[in-house]
Order: sequence, then structure tokens, then C-alpha cells
Amino acid sequence: MAKQIVKMNLNGQEIEQLVDSRMLLVHFLREQMNLTGAHIGCETSHCGACTVDIDGESVKACTHLAVQCDGCDVKTVEGLAEGGVLHAVQEAFYEEHGLQCGFCTPGMLMRSYRFLQENPNPTEDEIRTGLSGNLCRCTGYQNIVKAVKSAAVKLQQKESATA
Amino acid sequence: MNAPVKTPEERKAELQGMGDSRLRKEDARFIQGKGQYCDDIKLPGMLHMDIVRSPIAHGRIKKINKDPAMAIPGVHAVLTADDLKPLNLHWMPTLAGDVAAVLADEKVHFQMQEVAIVIADDRYIAADAVEAVEVEYEELPVVIDPYKALEPNAPVLREDLAGKTEGAHGARDHHNHIFTWEAGDKSAADAAFANAPVTVSQHMHYPRVHPCPLETCGCVASFDPIKGELTTWMTSQAPHVVRTVVSMLSGVPESKVRIISPDIGGGFGNKVGVYPGYVCAIVSSIVLGRPVKWSEDRVENISTTAFARDYHMDGHLAATEDGRILGLKVDVIADHGAFDACADPTKFPAGLFHICSGSYDIAAAHCSVKGVYTNKAPGGVAYRCSFRVTEAVYLIERMVDVLAQKLNMDKAEIRRKNFIRKEQFPYTSAFGFEYDSGDYHTALEKVLDAVDYKALRAEQEQKRNDPTCPTLMGIGLVTFTEVVGAGPTKMCDILGVGMFDSCEIRIHPTGSAIARMGTITQGQGHQTTYAQIIASELGIPSEVIQVEEGDTSTAPYGLGTYGSRSTPVAGAAIAMAARKIHAKAKKIAAHLLEVSEGDLDWEIDRFKVRGNDEQFKTMADIAFAAYQQPPEGLEPGLEAVHYYDPPNFTYPFGIYLCVVDIDKGTGESSIRRFYALDDCGTRINPMIIDGQIHGGLTEGFAVAMGQQMPFDEQGNLLGNTLMDYFLPTAVETPTWETDHTVTPSPHHPIGAKGVAESPHVGSIPTFTSAVVDAFAHLGVTHIDMPHTSYRIWKKLKEEGVQL
Repeated sequence: MAKQIVKMNLNGQEIEQLVDSRMLLVHFLREQMNLTGAHIGCETSHCGACTVDIDGESVKACTHLAVQCDGCDVKTVEGLAEGGVLHAVQEAFYEEHGLQCGFCTPGMLMRSYRFLQENPNPTEDEIRTGLSGNLCRCTGYQNIVKAVKSAAVKLQQKESATA
Repeated sequence: MNAPVKTPEERKAELQGMGDSRLRKEDARFIQGKGQYCDDIKLPGMLHMDIVRSPIAHGRIKKINKDPAMAIPGVHAVLTADDLKPLNLHWMPTLAGDVAAVLADEKVHFQMQEVAIVIADDRYIAADAVEAVEVEYEELPVVIDPYKALEPNAPVLREDLAGKTEGAHGARDHHNHIFTWEAGDKSAADAAFANAPVTVSQHMHYPRVHPCPLETCGCVASFDPIKGELTTWMTSQAPHVVRTVVSMLSGVPESKVRIISPDIGGGFGNKVGVYPGYVCAIVSSIVLGRPVKWSEDRVENISTTAFARDYHMDGHLAATEDGRILGLKVDVIADHGAFDACADPTKFPAGLFHICSGSYDIAAAHCSVKGVYTNKAPGGVAYRCSFRVTEAVYLIERMVDVLAQKLNMDKAEIRRKNFIRKEQFPYTSAFGFEYDSGDYHTALEKVLDAVDYKALRAEQEQKRNDPTCPTLMGIGLVTFTEVVGAGPTKMCDILGVGMFDSCEIRIHPTGSAIARMGTITQGQGHQTTYAQIIASELGIPSEVIQVEEGDTSTAPYGLGTYGSRSTPVAGAAIAMAARKIHAKAKKIAAHLLEVSEGDLDWEIDRFKVRGNDEQFKTMADIAFAAYQQPPEGLEPGLEAVHYYDPPNFTYPFGIYLCVVDIDKGTGESSIRRFYALDDCGTRINPMIIDGQIHGGLTEGFAVAMGQQMPFDEQGNLLGNTLMDYFLPTAVETPTWETDHTVTPSPHHPIGAKGVAESPHVGSIPTFTSAVVDAFAHLGVTHIDMPHTSYRIWKKLKEEGVQL
């Protein structure tokens, strides 16, 4: 199988890796880079458990080739906390009981992280639509919606504190 | 300076014991991507297994050519049933007393059945090899409809059972008949019907659905040929039972088999069974001497690993003219698919379906369930319910609505009239269940008041009379009782092992503790809630109590987590183990304080000398003393193990009310309001209970409003991806309102009944009740699920509803 060199910035680190040209990004992250936060739930882009952030957009890593990420900035749930400090979305999911089995959580967090940059002050309906590419079988979404609202407030407070 | 003395309230709050909405201990790893699920496990030298599956639903295997697959570099083996035969592993026993093919032996019985396995260096090569294996089939006639399966000339599905007139559950009277199981008193029920002024009947199909947890099934099997030890990480809701089964199948002594259920991405019944994929991965590891991983994909998950339901039910009620129910009769045709692989306690091939007299005082009742083979995947698991309780609750709640409509009675009124009254508990039903406790009337009135039921009915009346109103409004009401916490070992076993559960607690010298359990969390938050029980029982802060589950080498034997049994059974084991420690701690405290045990009072986290708040020993003091200077005659250490055999099931109940608005033009439905009151007895963590209820209601919404597994006449499953199979997103999912009453179980050590399945069990008939209610003024008494917009639109057309 043909292999290619792929360079990317992964969670703030410049990396260079030899990958099979047909390797999916989610397998590259999980099996080659040992970043198992992104999960595989459907392999058809429906469930969003594999959501990562590529160049400022939410992307489902199960239907994206690793070679497509050449030259990209890729962020996974493992890169969400900075300097040992949890990101506001991580804190809020914990505080609002926005997770149960935890399998959808990395994807939900990565989508929420990006969504709140797209829409820093969302309504409940906007949150529900904004997260509609991510399925959860445990929570019924009610506490996830609460968590995203709470994270929005936290991020705004942080913003005004640094302004 | 001395620290200020804490008040008892402050000390109690610090424990974060029962009743505290303590945040979850398990979350830290999940929010940082550090959970460890099965597919995350990577061992040195690990190979990947993939499965060759049948494209047809019924046929003979004429030939299998492995050569093209074996020619692919990186492929280590291709195995078929012929390779497993010498090991006698080509068939395996099921939990229901039948056998199931591990790999298809000469014949395939359902689409996507396992035909061969390939083992390769990585998952991509394995997938290539699956494509390369050539299998030739001779097609046979397919039977999808269980009624047609019972026709005299129906094709014979299970040739391996030819001539067997006796199955695991009694006589078989047809080649596609599995069992007929009955409960109740038929002659008493017949007599009630013969003399009844009013009778109603309704046929209903509870469709085949799939639990579809977000994580599919999988395992990593690792056999160490030098030590002769087998370790398998597995997505299992019942690791100890799996260990027993694996030992029986493989011949490896149980002491050398270690099953580990790591973090599990949701189970909902899908991860109770022992699947061919697990067995094949284990065999492959033993044969090749290397670790082997198998990870199911989503299509495989929906197509082959344990479906739920598929009950065709005929319900009959007999009643007086003023709505007092006199008798219940139920006949069920149960479609079990190609092998009887239901996960039920051994003696109950239809699970606890005989809870179908519900919350009502019905003097005479009888039910009969007939299991049938068809060319569909095996299963029949309890999808977020306790062994067919969902089907039972659906049946009785639908029938009570049908009767109310016939008598032109209000749904709430007919329920009030027939409820088992508070003073009748403990109440023995006509089917023989002993309901432990309940107060249905109080709970019903609480819900009706909360939603202003009268105003809702008035609004509905006004809308029905307004031809310009663009919507039909329906009000659903369900008042259900579950039976969970299986179960007393005298009644319930799996493969002969009684359905007790267990807990081992060790208190360390510095006063922290570890508890090991026979259950396994799949999102329920056991690591948080179990610690709360211990905190309240022993006065040790939850924060310093570790809870470990899922590793058969460290945990005491338990039957696992399904059927809402964790809190009713394992939760009781925790309390009982803690009480053994408490009793020993008291002896140590008496020794330390130089008083007799009779002079001591327990208060929150300490034993104190009666009448003297200054003289006390905390559990932390006692723990240290237990290792340092135990009283004479007492062994050192502070630990206990308890195997809890419940004296009875528990009977949680709930009152659910739903308001739906249906667009007369499009058939689209909108859940305007859903009010769920649950009574699960003593509440351990209200935050987690609410979370469980939100999740269960959402799963119920999915089942009622959209989930289905339709098959065409050739046995093709028309919808086995998440493109087709309905899992609601945040957009479709309604907002839930929750409420509760507390009626503790009198026989449970802490009064808890279990909760996580109630919202699934109770909500499904509530949605149907609401949808049917929207059409009730047109004389409609029942509409089968799922209530998709298209199906509702068809109903609108059928009934001539004009926009």
C-alpha cells in the first residue's frame, strides 16, 4: 500500500508521519498517534463521536483521510485543556452532568468548542441545531444543552476579564 | 488554635452520601479523552479479526474458497465452521437453552450471519481479506413473518433440531416452534370473560428494534500460551457470566480466564449476550498465540447483535360497565429469529412478561407466549428494560386505554378505579408477583395537578370542535409498574448461576476505602453512587471511596448490570457488606473508648459514648486501630464481602403524561409537553436519577416515534446504518419535565428500587397513548408504532382528516 508523508500541527505540536494513503484520520489518530479520545460510532459521519477540529472547522474524522490533513492544524479532545487547566466546555459538561457513558463526549466537546466560537451567545434552539451532527444515546441532550449554555457564560466572563 | 467544631449537618454534607447530587467521579477521564474503551486497547503483536457474512437470509453453503484471501500479504488465517468442528466450537449454547452457530455450519439462517473469519495484521488488510473470501450459496425459501413460520408447510429453518419434539422450555409442536410458555390461571380468566358485561380486544405489534449503543460490540482476546492464561477485554454487561461461559466452551479452567469489561460506551441490553465475534476472537488468539482484536462496525451491530422486542400481541380485557377490570388475557407470538438467544433468567423464556397486569388490581389473568423461529438475527434482549417488561407495560397500558374508549371513560378515571390501593401492599398479582410497595393514587393526582389535566382536556375539546385548527391534539397517560432487580435465586438464574450480586469493601488504615463489585457501569455512574451508599453507611467521605468493577480477577462474582438490577441487588450487597464492617467497627470503638457496645451511639461518621459528644471515635480512627491494635479475639483488618440474594424483586412505578400536537396536513408530530413522575424508592443521587430519566425518555421517544427494523420478503434488513435507523438528535428530542414521589421498598436494605429503565418502559406507551388520543374522537383505538410522520400522515388520510 502506498505511503505518504504527512505533516500537520497536532494539538500544538508539529508532527511528520508516514501514513497509508487510504488511512482514515480517526485510525491515524487512534492507532498511530495513540490519541484514543476520538471514537468510532458509525463510520458514516452520522454520530459525530469522532469529531475533531481542523483549521477552525468541526470535522468527522471517520470519513476524512489522514493525508487530507497535510499542512493542517488539527485539534483533538486531548488538546482541549491548556496547561493543565480544563477548557470551559469540559468544566461545564462535568458540572451540568452532560455525559454518562462518555463515548460521545469527546466529539460533543470538540463540536461545542467550535460552535461557541461560531456563535458565542446561542439560544437553546441554536445549541440544539449546532450540535445536531453529534448523537448521544444516554443523556437525552437536556444536560448537554445546559452545559453548552453554561460554557458560553464562562467563556464570556473569561473574555471580559481579559478585555 | 483548634479548628472550629463542625456541626452534624456539616459533617453529613461532607460525606456526600445518599441523597446528595454529587458530581460524577468518572467524568474526569471522559472529558479529557482518557476513557479506556475496548477499541482503545492496543497490545504488542495484536492482530485484527474481521467477519465474512452471509448476503442472503437462508441458504446452503456449497463452497468456501479461502485461497484468494490467504494470498493477501498480512493475512494470518481464514477460519470457517469446518475449522472449528474439531474443537467442537462451531456451535455454542445460548442463554435461552438453545444453540447458536458460531460460524455457519453448512447453512445460513439470516442475512449477515457469520460465515468465516479472517485474521490479519491490521483492520484494513482484514477488511480486504473479507472481500476476497469466495462463498457459494444455494438459496432456500425465506420466512420472515412468524405467523407464516407456523404454517404446516413452512420451510424448515433449523434442520439441526429435526425430530426434537422437546425444547428447553417444553414441547415443540412445529418445526419452527421454540416454546409455548404460560402464566396465570386460564380457567379463572375464561370464567371472568364468560360472565363479563364488557370485553375488549386489541391486536398490536411491538416492532423489532435495536438498542444501538453508541459504542458497538468488540473485544481484545489475549491468550498466553506459556502460562495457559486467557485475558479478554470485552464490551460485556456481565463479565463474570462470560468468564463461566468461556471456560465451559474453551476448556481453559475458570481460574485462568480473566474477563475485563473496561469503560463501556452504553449497553442498553445489547452487550449482555455472548456473540460469535467474541468466541472467534478468543479461538483465534488461542490458535495463533497472539492477541486478537475484533471491533464490530455499525452495520454489523444493528444487523446481527441482539435486537429487542418483536412481539405480536393480542390483548383482551373483561370489565364491568362502570369500568372495573375483571379479567385479562394475552396471547403473544414472539419472533425470536434464527436461534433462541434471548437473555432471560433460565426459567422464564418470555422474561417477566407476566407483569402485564400492571398497576391494576385484576382478579383473573392468563398469558401465553409462543416463541417462533424466523430467518432473522437472534436476540430478544431487554433494551433498557427488565426482561420483556417493556412489552408487558405497553400491552396493559394500551388495553386500559382501549377499554376506557369503549366505555367512554376518561383515561385517568379508569386508572384510579382499578389501581392497586396503597393499603393493599404487599400485593400478590393474579400472575403471582408480590408487589413490594406503591402509592399510585397520590402519584397520579400529583401529575394531573402539575399539568392541569382538566385545562388540557378542555383545550383539546375546543380544538376538536374547531375545523380551522391546523393540529390534532393528543394527551397520553400511562401509569406503569415495573418489576426489576432480578432476582431471587430461587426463581432466577442464568446458566444455573443464581442471580445474586456481590460487593467486597476494604477500609484502608488511613480511613479511605475500596469497593469491588460484580456489576459493571455503562454510563449509570456506579463509581459515584455506590460510593455514596458506603459513605452514608460507614461515615467515610465518598471522595475517598474507590469503586472498581468489571475485572473478574479482582471483583467478587456477580451477575452484571442489566434489568435495572444494579441498585436493587448490588446496591443491597453494598449496604450489607458495609453493615458487617459497621458491626466490627463498633466492637473496636467500644474497645478504644473502654465502654460496652451497648453504650455507643452511631452518629454520621462516628461512634460516640451515649450522652457525651466529646467521647467518640470516627470511622477513620477505628480503621487505623483495626490494623494497629484490634481488641483481643478480633482479627486485624476492616473488610467484608457480601453476596446478596434478594428476597423479592422491586417494583418501581411512574406516572407519565404527554401532550402531542399533530399537523393535520403533514402528519408531523410535536411533543409539546412530557411530564414524568418516577418513584424509585430511596433516591441515592438526584442529579444522576434525572440524567438517567432524560436518557431513558429519549430512548423511549426513539422507539415510539421512529425506530424500526423492516425486512423485505428475501430477509434483507432495510435499514442497518445510522442513515436509516432512527437515533434522535438534539433537534428532535423533546424537553423533559421530571418529578418524583418516594415509596421505599420495604425489603431492600436502603429502600431503593432502581430507576434507569423506568423512563424507557413507561414513555413508549405514553407516546402511543398520546398519538392515538389525537385520533380518539374519530373512533381510533390503536395505532402501531413507530409513529413516524409518514405513518401518521397515512392515518390522517385513512380517517379523512381535512386540513
